[in-house]
Amino acid sequence: MVNTTSTMPSSEAMSGSSSSVPTSRPFAVSSHPSKNEPTRTLIEVANLDFAYGEKQALFDINLNLDEKRVTAFIGPSGCGKSTLLRCFNRMNDLVDSAKIKRGHIKINGHNIYHNNVDPIRLRKRVGMVFQKSNPFPKSIYENITYGLRIQGESNKARLNEAVEKSLRGAALWEEVKDRLHESGLGLSGGQQQRLCIARAIAVEPEVILMDEPCSALDPIATAKVEELIHELKRDFTIVIVTHSMQQAARCSDKTAFFYMGRLIEYAPTQTIFMNPSNPQTEAYVSGRFG
Amino acid sequence: MTDTTLNPFAARPTWSRVIEKTAFWIFRGATYVILLCGLWIFGNILVKGSGTIFTTHAPFLNTDFFTKSPETLYVFEYQGKKYELGNTEYRAFLAQETAAAKAGGRPAPHFENVQSIVYSAGGILPCILGTILLVMGSMTIALVLGVSSAVYLSEYARQGPWVSFVRLAILNLAGVPSIVFGLFGYGMFVVFFGWNVSLLAGWFTLAFMVLPVVITASEEALRAVPKGFREGSLALGSTKWQTIRKAVLPYALPGVLTSSILGIARVAGETAPIMFTAAYVMRDKLPWQVQGIKEFFLQGVMALPYHIYVVSSKIPQNEYTERVQYGTALVFLLIVAAIAGISITLRNNLRRRHQW
Repeated sequence: MVNTTSTMPSSEAMSGSSSSVPTSRPFAVSSHPSKNEPTRTLIEVANLDFAYGEKQALFDINLNLDEKRVTAFIGPSGCGKSTLLRCFNRMNDLVDSAKIKRGHIKINGHNIYHNNVDPIRLRKRVGMVFQKSNPFPKSIYENITYGLRIQGESNKARLNEAVEKSLRGAALWEEVKDRLHESGLGLSGGQQQRLCIARAIAVEPEVILMDEPCSALDPIATAKVEELIHELKRDFTIVIVTHSMQQAARCSDKTAFFYMGRLIEYAPTQTIFMNPSNPQTEAYVSGRFG
Repeated sequence: MTDTTLNPFAARPTWSRVIEKTAFWIFRGATYVILLCGLWIFGNILVKGSGTIFTTHAPFLNTDFFTKSPETLYVFEYQGKKYELGNTEYRAFLAQETAAAKAGGRPAPHFENVQSIVYSAGGILPCILGTILLVMGSMTIALVLGVSSAVYLSEYARQGPWVSFVRLAILNLAGVPSIVFGLFGYGMFVVFFGWNVSLLAGWFTLAFMVLPVVITASEEALRAVPKGFREGSLALGSTKWQTIRKAVLPYALPGVLTSSILGIARVAGETAPIMFTAAYVMRDKLPWQVQGIKEFFLQGVMALPYHIYVVSSKIPQNEYTERVQYGTALVFLLIVAAIAGISITLRNNLRRRHQW
C-alpha cells in the first residue's frame, strides 16, 4: 500500500556527514532553494508503530522528510497525522499511555527516541505551532523571549535583537513594533498565531511543526500565514498538518496522505493532487470521502 | 363582554399560578430569614461590642483594650464611692491609700463589697497578636505544603487508581471534625515531638486542618489553566518545572488565594484544634518577649476565639464579663475581615496582572 515516491538517496548514506548540528542559523542570508534543486533528508521515519495504550494509532509508517521544504500531512480526522507530527518533538511523551511499539524516527541521522535523548533538548531544535494559538498572557516581548530566557539568555541587547528578528521573520514586526510591551492577547487571532510562530522561531530551531495552524483563522489571516510559510522554508524545515486540501496544495512541496493510521501515499504535492497513484488518495483529494 | 375576557392570553387563576407564587415566596422568604439572622448576630455583636472598644471621649477608642493584657477587675466601694479598677490600678490605689492612712495615723483603709472578676479588665493585645501569628504561620505552612502537593497530584503524578485514592483520602480529611485535629495535634506535636503547647504545634495542627481545602482548590485552579500554556511552554524546550513555574503557577495563584481566604477565616476562628496545642488561658508576656528564636516557636500564645470561650464559659458570668466577651468578639470579626480583605486585594492584583 505504501507508495513512497521519494527520489532521495537513502538517508543512511547522508547521516554520517550531517551529524553535526549547526548551533546558530541566520534567518535571511541563505538563498531560496529552487524546487528542482536536490535536497537532503532531515527527518527519517522507519517502520513506525505507535499506540496509545491498547489502541494502535500508527501502523508501519515509512517516510523521509526533506530539509528546508514544506511537507503537508493530510487525511480525515483521527487518521494519525497529528500523532505522527507530535512524535517529531516527542510531545506525545506527555500522554502517559503513549508508546512507540516498533521502528524509529531519526532527525539528522540521530534516533530521537534513543534512551539517552533528552526531550527538552530535542524540543529546542524542533519547534511547534499549535492549532489553537496559545500565546502566554504576557507581553509580546515576553512571549518572544520566553524560549530564550528559559535557556538562560538574559542579555538585554541580544533579547531585543532576537525579538525584532523573530517578529520580522513572522511578518509581524511592522504591526506590533510600537506595542511590544502590551499583552499578546490583545492581538487579533491571525496576529496571535503569527506571534506563536515568532515565538517558535526565536529559539532558532531547525524544524517547525505546525498542527493545523490556520483552522481557527479567517481567510485573510490564513493567506498571511501561508505566505509566511513560504518565507520560512528558506530557513526551516516545515511539517504542516492541515484539513484544508487547498492549503496543502498551495504551500507544500510534498504531501503525505494518511488514512486509518497508515500512510497511503507520499509524493510531491503536484502528483498527489493531479495524478495520485492510489485510488483512496484520489477519492480523498477530489472530495469523494473524508 | 369586555375586551379582556376576549383576550385568549388573559390570566386565569389556575393551580400552576398559585404554586408559582408560593414557590417564589418560599425562596424569597428563606433568603430574607437568613439575612435577618445574619444581621441580628452581627448587629448584636456590633452594638454590645462597640460599648467596649469605643469610648465617649477622645480618642473615642478604648486604647487600653488594644494595648494591654487581660487583668482581674476589682469592683468595690470606698468612702461611699464605687470603683472599677484593673489589677494594677487596684494595687496602686490600695498602696496609695494605705500609705496616706499610715501618714495620717488612721487605720488601714477598708474597701467594701469587693468583687474580683478575672480577665474583665485590661485588654486583649496578647490574644490579637496570638491569633495573627497563628493565622500567618499556619497559612504559610498550608499553602507551601498544599500547593506543592496539588502540583504533584495534577502535574507530575501519573493519573490512575493510586492518585485517585490519594485524592479521596485528602478529601476525606476535610470531613474530620476539628476537635479530632486538636487531639491529633496534641498526640503528635505536643506529646510525641515534645513541642509542648506551642505556636509550632498550633501552626501544624491548623495547617493540617485546612490542607484538604487548599489542595482541592489548588488542583482546581491548576486545572483551570489552559493546556495550551503548558504545551506552548514545553514545545519551546522548557522543563516541566520551568513550565509550571512560568506558565502555569502564576495563572493558578489567584484561584489558590481565593480558596485560602476561606481557609484564613477557618484557621482564625477554630477553637478546638488550638485548645490542646497552642492556646494559653492567660499569658502575661507578649509573643516577642522571649529569649531566642527557639523559644519564640515553642511558646504558647493566647488567641481570640479561645479567649472568648474562656471568658464566656470558664468564669462566673455578670455584666462585667459580658463587656469583654462582646468586645473580643467584635475585635475578632474585624481582624478576620481585615486579613480576608488584604488577601482579596492581593488576589485581585494578581488576577489583573495575570489575566487571560
